[in-house]
Amino acid sequence: MGDFDFSIIAANWRFLAEGLRYTVQVTLTAMVGGILLGTLLALMRLASLWPLRWLAAAYINFFRSVPLVQVILAVYLILPLLLQFLTGRLIPIGADNSAYFTFTIFEAAYYAEIIRSGIQSIPRGQAAAGYALGFTYSQTMRLVVLPQAFRNMLPVLLTQTIVLFQDVSLVYAIGATDFFGAADKITQRDLRPVEMYTTVAVVYFVLCFALSRLVKYLQSRIAIIR
Amino acid sequence: MIAINNVSKWYGDFQVLTDCTTRVAKGEVVVVCGPSGSGKSTLIKCVNALEPFQKGSVVVNGIAVEDTKTNLPRLRAQVGMVFQHFELFPHMTITQNLTVAQIKVLGRGKEEALDKGLKLLDRVGLKSQADKFPGQLSGGQQQRVAIARALAMDPICMLFDEPTSALDPEMINEVLDVMVQLAREGMTMMCVTHEMGFARKVAHRVIFMDQGAIVEDATKDDFFGKPHSERAQNFLAKILQH
Repeated sequence: MGDFDFSIIAANWRFLAEGLRYTVQVTLTAMVGGILLGTLLALMRLASLWPLRWLAAAYINFFRSVPLVQVILAVYLILPLLLQFLTGRLIPIGADNSAYFTFTIFEAAYYAEIIRSGIQSIPRGQAAAGYALGFTYSQTMRLVVLPQAFRNMLPVLLTQTIVLFQDVSLVYAIGATDFFGAADKITQRDLRPVEMYTTVAVVYFVLCFALSRLVKYLQSRIAIIR
Repeated sequence: MIAINNVSKWYGDFQVLTDCTTRVAKGEVVVVCGPSGSGKSTLIKCVNALEPFQKGSVVVNGIAVEDTKTNLPRLRAQVGMVFQHFELFPHMTITQNLTVAQIKVLGRGKEEALDKGLKLLDRVGLKSQADKFPGQLSGGQQQRVAIARALAMDPICMLFDEPTSALDPEMINEVLDVMVQLAREGMTMMCVTHEMGFARKVAHRVIFMDQGAIVEDATKDDFFGKPHSERAQNFLAKILQH
């Protein structure tokens, strides 16, 4: 003890920043894509046609029952084979791109359950009022139910996104270089684990804490007056 | 205008409506009353197909609502409905509540919709509240906005599902006044309500329901003068005591 050397951070900051940028990109992609796909899944789960309900339930239950790291690996290994089978050509996707896809489809399952409960939290009379005015199903959802549901869900959706942000570190399993992966690689080479991992932990903490403060702020800004 | 023919409805094995038949003519005001759980609200919701039913037929302005080929959104846009719990959209201002369906369903321009909405808001005495949110208004005010929202669609008839049941007593009259005025202007109305004073003032006919069936369907004078069924007599005796 006593001989901490934080110069290792300064010397490698560019590499670390690249990793952080990748982490943020995967997070944002999976958030936007996951919420879109999750909304579709939630609406399917609440549909009156049983095949739609069944399909959505199967999707959600499957992804919620499998460890994320395993899905990351499976997609990385299987997706190229699948694409080759479909197109007849070998398309190299690479670990980086594979992660965008994996996180989107995986997070969609979690977002879907949040969105489903958000939709169910809106009184049935609201949808009835929409239909009574002549709205179609999609108008009733777009104009009446979802805007209210998303306001209610926002804190939980963003909390899930914070978890997602941290989970991106699991791409180490396929060798992609996210923020944590970058730190890990530098550590393997320069053997300064304590300084490096401490710094990484502090950055994660600061970013996640700031995000959760943002959640609180947004919550008060867009609350519906009842 | 509205023809309800032998409508029956079940929730699983439980029958909630039994062979209900009645008519509402153009310009007629019909009050539906009866004890809670008697199927009044369910029946009125069958008129614009918010509640599906398994047997019988409901014809509104010549169109059968149970027909799978019927364009339900178009039909519903012509039938105004006012709910027990107002059901204004809480994330929209009063103005937006009044205009959204005019714009999205009827395809009116923003200016035209706003003009119409504000005129009706003035009519229910709430012009000054246009930019507020529903949560900032009292129950009685919200229900008056809800009536204005339905009227903004230029409905051919209006359905009221216990419009005053969720209101504090001192707010009931402000809503009833709007309804009375509407009735006197010749609007076709079907109202589920316990407000017998309202029924006496403007109803042409009164329907009394019990256990999912229409027990009494009489002109106002007959209903209040000499109801046929014992069940209706008892009901009237109880609610007219005070």
